[in-house]
Amino acid sequence: MAKPSPRADMLQGTLDMLVLQTLVLGPAHGHTIAHAIERGSEDVLQIEHGSLYPALHRLEDRGWIASFWGTSENNRKAKYYRLTSAGRKQLLEETTRWEQMVRAIGRILKPATE
Amino acid sequence: MSFRRFWRRAEWDRERREEIESYVQMETEDNIARGMPDDEARFAARRRFGNATLAREEIYRMNSIWFVDTLVGDVRYSLRMLARSPIFTAAAVLTLAIGIGANAAVFSVVNSVLVRPLRYPKAEQLIALHQDAPGAAGLANAADGLNLSPSMYFTYAEQNRTFQALGVWMSGMANVTGLAEPEQVRTVSVSDGVLQALDVPPAAGRWLLAADQIPQASEPFGFSGFSGRSSTVMLSYGYWQRHFGGDRSVIGRTLTVDSLPRQIVGVMPEGFRIVKAEPDLILPLAFDRSRVVSAGFAFAGIGRLKGGVTIAQANADLARLLPVWMDTWSNGPNSNGRWYENWRITPTIRPLKQQVVGNVGDVLWVVMGTIVLVLLIACANVANLLLVRAEARQHELALRAALGARAARIIRGLLVESALLGLMGGALGVGIAYAGLTLLAAIGPADLPRLNEISMDARSFGFTLALSVLAGLLLGLVPAWKYAGPRISSVLRGTGRTASLSRERHRARNVLVVAQVALALVLLVSAGLMIRTALALRTVEPGFTNPEHLQTVRISIPSSLIPEPQRVFRTQNDLADRLAAIPGVASVGFALEAPMETVQPNWDNVFPEGKTYPGGVAPLRRFENISPGFLRTTGARLVAGREFTWTDVYGLRPMVMISENLAREFWGTPSVAVGKRLRWYQFSPWQEVIGVVQDVRQNGIQEKAPEIVYWPAMMGNPFAPNGAPFVTRAATFVIRSDRAGTEAFLTQVRQAVWSVNASLPLASVRTMREVYEESLATTSFTLVMLGIAGAMAMMLGLIGIYGVISYAVSQRTREIGIRVALGAEPGALRRLFVRYGLALAGTGVAIGSVAAAGLTRLMKSVLFGVSPFDPLTYMAVALVLIAATVLASYLPARRVAGLDPVEALKAE
Repeated sequence: MAKPSPRADMLQGTLDMLVLQTLVLGPAHGHTIAHAIERGSEDVLQIEHGSLYPALHRLEDRGWIASFWGTSENNRKAKYYRLTSAGRKQLLEETTRWEQMVRAIGRILKPATE
Repeated sequence: MSFRRFWRRAEWDRERREEIESYVQMETEDNIARGMPDDEARFAARRRFGNATLAREEIYRMNSIWFVDTLVGDVRYSLRMLARSPIFTAAAVLTLAIGIGANAAVFSVVNSVLVRPLRYPKAEQLIALHQDAPGAAGLANAADGLNLSPSMYFTYAEQNRTFQALGVWMSGMANVTGLAEPEQVRTVSVSDGVLQALDVPPAAGRWLLAADQIPQASEPFGFSGFSGRSSTVMLSYGYWQRHFGGDRSVIGRTLTVDSLPRQIVGVMPEGFRIVKAEPDLILPLAFDRSRVVSAGFAFAGIGRLKGGVTIAQANADLARLLPVWMDTWSNGPNSNGRWYENWRITPTIRPLKQQVVGNVGDVLWVVMGTIVLVLLIACANVANLLLVRAEARQHELALRAALGARAARIIRGLLVESALLGLMGGALGVGIAYAGLTLLAAIGPADLPRLNEISMDARSFGFTLALSVLAGLLLGLVPAWKYAGPRISSVLRGTGRTASLSRERHRARNVLVVAQVALALVLLVSAGLMIRTALALRTVEPGFTNPEHLQTVRISIPSSLIPEPQRVFRTQNDLADRLAAIPGVASVGFALEAPMETVQPNWDNVFPEGKTYPGGVAPLRRFENISPGFLRTTGARLVAGREFTWTDVYGLRPMVMISENLAREFWGTPSVAVGKRLRWYQFSPWQEVIGVVQDVRQNGIQEKAPEIVYWPAMMGNPFAPNGAPFVTRAATFVIRSDRAGTEAFLTQVRQAVWSVNASLPLASVRTMREVYEESLATTSFTLVMLGIAGAMAMMLGLIGIYGVISYAVSQRTREIGIRVALGAEPGALRRLFVRYGLALAGTGVAIGSVAAAGLTRLMKSVLFGVSPFDPLTYMAVALVLIAATVLASYLPARRVAGLDPVEALKAE
């Protein structure tokens, strides 16, 4: 099995969390998700949109999101993704862990201010 | 990773492409909406997306099983490589096929005979009622122990707590008349409980039931003296088909068996057996309870244990019943059943399968062991081929390594290739095994039990598959271990030129050859020991002469045909006279059984005059009943005294003859025995010993000759209330003639018999030669198997040596060229290579001798008259192997002499 590098692993986990978060608002297709992440981060997080699709596939494989074919706002055939309940749980876990980590790193970087 | 997704990944990929396409469309539209020109919008959309192929590949990989994917590649590559060298492939596959095929065949036999359960419902509950009785040595033999008497059967069957069903049975012969020609058929007489224990439902009609076992009239001269008259019969499937064409309306019809009408009540299904017996007819024993006594230990017992009951519990149950039996029954008013405590009877129940299979397991395991050795030798040869091949492919392998293939991947490639060879060999091997088994069934070794059950089942195929894969992987390990390692640079730089012979490179091949020679030695020694065994058996004096000129015919006269004993004997006398009158007949006689014929013999106590035994318990001696002229006809030598005459027999004179070993035991020398007296049981009249006969190997050529008391074919019967003498109703006639076995002769024999009485069938028509060969069957079978294995081993071993030496010669061509150029003698160079071969063979012989000494001990039970460490065999085999090695090394070494030094130096 081809093993991803640790750096990719971390990014992957983060990307997964962002995708899940995007879908909390309701089902969306890949194009919307990509733009939503960029806009939401005020264009700080520039992601290659292509890399989103393997992530979507992986999340679906794990049962965190489900997909269905639908019609886009421009009357195009598009694949929509929605959050499953397992995905909702996962998002909560990841968010909690992320916040813990951010707090921990914050404390290390600015110990005096506390 | 799931296989479902693995198989659907192409579909996934198509869907993914659509999805990506839909993204690009949307992005393009957005770009156009922002005011970009059309083509630029599309280009920007693509750029925004990034590498679409990479994304698709990543998803595809997520769905694939890497191991399987690359394995398929390896298999394809290996197949291409194998197809490119068809001669190598054919040689390797064929060698493996023979090795694996032989193993598959022998395993199938072992599996069918020894491992698979017997063909009865819940066969694991079935047992043989084996009993030990050390106090009745002789009567109780190792194979069957002490059989049951009818009274024992009654006590056991009626009072046990551990059996679902229990019964006794006995096989025999019967004459069937009224159908076509009178025919003698095989019968099994069963008590109630036998069919119930075996629990095989009838193919038509019904079983024999308890009601069929109630005697309807007494049968004064019935066999065994305990059976009453019964009136029903069951047919075997084969008999039903042969005589009635499988007609179901046969149920209820009448069949005349031994001149008595019997109603056919049922038919047993195809392949039904009672333990080892395959009867044509099944009859009720119908024991006559009023006449049953303690004695009569002639019946084999069989039972079905209750669920959950162990053999130990059943043994304890029967042991509890033995005193009950002794107290319930006796041998007459003046006897006491407790006398049998002297015999020290112990129930030693055996699983029925053990009883059926007997000691054939010894032979089969020896054969299985040798055949595995043959496979190992075959593998060594193929491994050698693979090594040569791997050497030739070093360049390719190094190149692959240089291009980034990991060692594990290269090793796997080599293993896949050899595993493929193994599988191809296995597939072909299955065909060879099928052919072998068909051949075996056609030859049908007489002493192989369950022969018709031998087949290849799932377990056989599983074994063959496992063996093929294992052999393949083992083979692959040798070149993999040798060549998959690094050394890339050295190989690539060296451009394959062998500057000199590297010892290390040859070590693997040498080890393989030494192993081959060692294994071949083990097999050849085994085969040699069997040859010595066969030779030793041939020199044993069996107690009869010129067996090919001795015709035997078994004729029985049932009491329903001729009731009076005197008339039976008179008829037998007439038969003997008529047979003697056939042209070319030298002499004729008859007896209870011919030598080595497996008829249930009689045994009893014998007391020589003037000798007392403590407690009145004398050892049991075998009884034979013979006619005048019988011993003269078989060729048994008279050691002292004389044979019976017809006058002796008709006069019921109290006379016996004894075997030489019994005479020595009683009176020291045979000549002294003549005129001495002995008697049967303690109160019977004394019998005068009139002659001493040489020992006869009555139980088969490998068994010690038993001590025998020869009684006349008609003798006074102290038990008979009406004074009727005892006669041998079923007798084997022996006819000495040069014409024995010819069709014309047999026709005359039949006519002679039928001129005396047309209702007498002839059975067991054969020459003593056949009987003699049959007693050698186990030895012959083992000898042939080991002989084949040994020959294969030697061939393969020699091919191995030849291969190594030729290879060494070709590798050292440059060196030889230099030597020749410097003036070396061709003879000396030849000797160099022959010495090399000899060193390999010598090492193999030394190792093999040690291994053989360890392994041949396991053969002890199939050897006769030769020690497993017989030095002559070891020496002869070692010499043969070494001589063959010299030849195998000399042939390639001869090429050295013809080498032109200039050509040699240019070689490669």
